Amino acid sequence: MEFFQNLGASTRSSFTKLGRGSYFLVHLLAGISSVLVRPRLLLKQLHSVGVLSFLIISISGLFVGMVLGLQGFYILSRFGAEETLGVMVAASLVRELGPVVTALLFAGRAGSALTAEIGLMKATEQLSGMEMMAIDPIKRIISPRFLAGFLSMPLLAALFSCVGIIGGQLVGTGLLGVDDGAYWSQMQANLDFQGDIINGVIKSIVFGFVTSWIALFEGYDSIPTAEGVSRATTRTVVNSAFSILGLDFILTALMFGDN
Amino acid sequence: MPHNKTQDTLVGLFVASGIASLFFLGLHVSNLSSFSHGKTFEITARFSNSGGLKVKSAVSAAGVKIGSVKSITFDPKTYESVVKMDIDAQYKTLPDDSSASVFTAGLLGEQYVSLDGGGSDDYLKNGSKIEITNSALILEKALGQFLFKSAEEKKGGDDKKGSSKK
Repeated sequence: MEFFQNLGASTRSSFTKLGRGSYFLVHLLAGISSVLVRPRLLLKQLHSVGVLSFLIISISGLFVGMVLGLQGFYILSRFGAEETLGVMVAASLVRELGPVVTALLFAGRAGSALTAEIGLMKATEQLSGMEMMAIDPIKRIISPRFLAGFLSMPLLAALFSCVGIIGGQLVGTGLLGVDDGAYWSQMQANLDFQGDIINGVIKSIVFGFVTSWIALFEGYDSIPTAEGVSRATTRTVVNSAFSILGLDFILTALMFGDN
Repeated sequence: MPHNKTQDTLVGLFVASGIASLFFLGLHVSNLSSFSHGKTFEITARFSNSGGLKVKSAVSAAGVKIGSVKSITFDPKTYESVVKMDIDAQYKTLPDDSSASVFTAGLLGEQYVSLDGGGSDDYLKNGSKIEITNSALILEKALGQFLFKSAEEKKGGDDKKGSSKK
């Protein structure tokens, strides 16, 4: 009997949380117009969310590209198709790994930091203090951070793909002896701007939106204690990873399912 | 809030590098740069089998890309594949008795349409139809015919042997 009671209670509380999250999202989106009046708030967040993620994204991209170059070469050389290494590296980066791995790293690097920051602001009653001074904390604190995350994600994902393709080229043509011209020309012949690159950018925009939303909401909704903030940070990373991978499947099925 | 110039510069560099990578992806990685916004004219060819030809496949003459496939439809009356192609307007001096063939680039490569010039003094123009077409080579069909033929030859040889014994 108790089991069913708990089941009901947890279902109900998760729906309540979803409702709070949606309300929070509407409030946050409404606050974006006030960020445009104060672009300096956005710049500061772009620095802490985007610029500070730059290094981890580019280094991870380089290594992912190099690994793809190695693995791809060993498989493709079995079929005597080493020349298509560029296509394989670029297509897998632009379509999948670029947006997904960037979003996962972004959730770990920037999302957790956002949650912890907002959660601590709540725990030290800074948010309540702002409300006392008739400053809407959502407009002043949340919206600039959301916009910064939303704008940084596509840029970071594009950077990741680029660095990865160059990493694949370094390994493929430098180490394994694939022809440099074939690497690029096969890539250009087989990758479509609309079908591959734009779809990858759309994916990263969606992931940026969802990751920033989850991170900020978990921080804002956290229990204002040390333990509560630590749990909220964990939930940010876990929930972001789930939603990124789940959404990735849906988006891939929608974008590439018909051909 | 103090004006932090280094921070502004870093943000500017970050945004610039992000946009630069988008450009790199667009121009260097995908086929956007070979996409011509120039004027094109449309010609139609009918194939009894267009094989693995796809929309956006290349149309080439003498190995040079001069256009792309615009649409491929099936004509339910003649059971033919109707391939519409956009040809770059600068190549408007193709003879109107040119022939179109579907070829494969390399053994496992993509299929493309190859135009071979004829000897006519009139040129292909917008809406022209190409009369002489060669269908795609379907590997399975060709293999099937080859096997059938070799089997038949073998059988023929056996028959001869048998008759000679008689």
